[in-house]
Amino acid sequence: MITPMISAALTFAFACFALGLVLNLWRVLTGPAASDRILALDTMVINAIALLILLGIWQGSAIYFEVSMLFALVGFVSTVAYCRFLLRGDVIE
Amino acid sequence: MALWMEILISALLVLAGIFAIVGSFGLIRLPDPMTRLHAPTKATTLGIGGVLIASMLYFWGAEGRVSAHELLITLFLFLSAPITALFIAKVHLHQAEKPGALPAPGEAGDWASFAPDGPARGVRPAGEGDEADAPPRG
Repeated sequence: MITPMISAALTFAFACFALGLVLNLWRVLTGPAASDRILALDTMVINAIALLILLGIWQGSAIYFEVSMLFALVGFVSTVAYCRFLLRGDVIE
Repeated sequence: MALWMEILISALLVLAGIFAIVGSFGLIRLPDPMTRLHAPTKATTLGIGGVLIASMLYFWGAEGRVSAHELLITLFLFLSAPITALFIAKVHLHQAEKPGALPAPGEAGDWASFAPDGPARGVRPAGEGDEADAPPRG
């Protein structure tokens, strides 16, 4: 069970990561260059992983670890694929 | 759960939240794309590290089981964060519209990514380090 102190800290961390997601979304929308948008999307993936793990603590469930591992893999591969597409004009040569 | 463990978990969660908000705020606030690259790749990695350690401690204290999933996620993120940072920096360097838009590198010459056959491509200048690669005699 979750004690009141951990519950308060969890709420604070949820608020911080959600606010971070909103700030990253602002950079995605207004980023002047493509590299800024890729960086903001990569940071959004990291913040989403943190939110998933916080949800796992909140519900006391271990199923969110697999979800966040998949999220990390897909985020890394998509970031590298987007960068490679911009650098080389092709993802797989 | 012991009180010191509750305090430790809460402190780690609050610290991770502060690191995450600092990283995302730096992404908004910093003026230059290269300085913007600095903020989230370090601060958010520390933030997610704090969350993962707090999760490990919580499941150890609450349910008595030690899970290695968090270590896997931490290892993968710590391995992949420098690679994504390198790729994003290369995209920024190669997509600059005009030559004056890029800051000067910290050493003589151009950025290593633009050198035709520099050390970045794995080509070594001739005659350098040949003796060091030879096996010792005697």
